Amino acid sequence: MKELINYLADPIRSFPITCVLYFLMMKYYKVVGTKKFAWIAGTLFFITAGMFAMDPNFWLIITWPDNIPISILILSVGFLTWFTLYKCAENDKRIEAGECPIEALPENREKVWAWPNLVYTELFAIIAGTAFLIAWGILFDAPLEEPANPTWAPNPAKAPWYFLGLQEMLVYFDPWMAGVVLPGLILVGLIAIPYIDTNPKGNGYYTFTERKMAVSMFMFGWLVLWLYLIIVGTFLRGPNWTFYGPFEFWDFHKVVAEYNVNLSEFFWVFGLKQALPGNLIIRELPGIILTILYMGIPVALTFNSLNAIFQSIGESKNKFLNITMIAPAFKCLAGIPAFIEKTGYIRYYIYVYLAVIMAMLPVKMVLRWLFSLKYIIALPEWELNL
Amino acid sequence: MSEVTRNKLNRREFFSYLSVGWIAFTAACAGLAGMAFRFSYPNVNFEPEMDFIAGRIEDYEEGVDERWKNGFGVWMVKEEGKLVALSNICTHLGCVPNWMPAELKFKCPCHGSGYYTSGINFEGPAPRPLERYKIGLTPEGTIKVDKTKLYRYEKGQWDNPNSFLSV
Ligand code: FES
Repeated sequence: MKELINYLADPIRSFPITCVLYFLMMKYYKVVGTKKFAWIAGTLFFITAGMFAMDPNFWLIITWPDNIPISILILSVGFLTWFTLYKCAENDKRIEAGECPIEALPENREKVWAWPNLVYTELFAIIAGTAFLIAWGILFDAPLEEPANPTWAPNPAKAPWYFLGLQEMLVYFDPWMAGVVLPGLILVGLIAIPYIDTNPKGNGYYTFTERKMAVSMFMFGWLVLWLYLIIVGTFLRGPNWTFYGPFEFWDFHKVVAEYNVNLSEFFWVFGLKQALPGNLIIRELPGIILTILYMGIPVALTFNSLNAIFQSIGESKNKFLNITMIAPAFKCLAGIPAFIEKTGYIRYYIYVYLAVIMAMLPVKMVLRWLFSLKYIIALPEWELNL
Repeated sequence: MSEVTRNKLNRREFFSYLSVGWIAFTAACAGLAGMAFRFSYPNVNFEPEMDFIAGRIEDYEEGVDERWKNGFGVWMVKEEGKLVALSNICTHLGCVPNWMPAELKFKCPCHGSGYYTSGINFEGPAPRPLERYKIGLTPEGTIKVDKTKLYRYEKGQWDNPNSFLSV
């Protein structure tokens, strides 16, 4: 059993599992968003957590002072996600029945003063937060280490817990990508949301049916790409940033056979059976072409001829296409011209490019796992790798 | 001129007060900024020396030698008739890899990059091999490593005679 969980926890398997779970959660959010589900899931969660905690290695990992925030985070995010879905399910049922959302009921529209109603709540929150931090500070010692030494690094060398997602991302990317471009775009993208999203639906009330695309995209980025990576980085990465299952002992000499290859080597050496060309640009041409094609996707999506195809797939009644959500996805794509008409090209391009760049992370992770692919474009001579 | 107007500040006086006040304010701000700037530089510099004498060629056995790693951040690697001074800075994001004698590789604790003893990267995200430092012989026959000069493999600089010693 433990072996099996260790085996499944490897990102190669746990990432697709997480994606599927996420997909199921969003698809059946009306089931997830019920009190009954919360009780059952909560009880099961605590029972399994208790059973897991009997294992000395697992216990060691979760009680490591640095990792306690992550345990708290799992609980609180789990609860808040359920709470959102619960509220959404409630409202969506009302909307389907032709009623207004709960937040729009007359008794909920009554206005109150910020003082004292809001300020009191905030004050209590501040006091409770401070008390909690003081108690924590007394109970657990700060995980301080020896003085910094430029010629020696702790093993594993871990970033603060809230950056572990970025550190995990760095495993798949060059520093300038995962350290500068992607975090920068996350910030810019979050700032841009109010300017891109001009749809008034969902303002002031919970709903999922009216905002399917927006909600599921944001939640994917947040839950799967950000939190999942933090959890992997915290619990499952040991010495030398090697993967260790949750019940595995952190053996410093665990050897993992790994050999990463650049796309250029795949193409020239394995594909065409010749030496790498001397000219940098020619050497990296396959990668450059692929990147340009990938970056052209948002433009291609606006073509009319493609749109007709999307439409026909989107309307297909094929069971398989509908259950796997392929047909609804294509229906979404077929809606692009209408979307552009409503919001304009600038918003469309900003939105879709943000999405395309976000998708680069899972794409590269999967390529790394399947083909040990290191870089699509590798120009170390210019410090440029993608 | 009535008593009332004389008691008030006249225009000229007002401007002289204003300029004194303004100059004082600017000076105070500049002083603060200067102090803040000074504060961001260390009082004592613990930078290790950029060049050092690394003993004699006979001191080194075949393989990786770690004796200068903690003091200077250099691995001496003797392999295939060459002695090279390898930098111990990961080319991915600048962590310090560990030498793993059992696996015969350098392994970075930050994102798992791995390098052969030659310094060539083969696993993890590191985009290029470890760098070599300039290495040479002094007239007395001792080895001198100069960390100000780097030789990068992907730029074809490892053929440079200053990047290794033939032994
Ligand atoms: S810094 Fe060495 S692997 Fe990232």
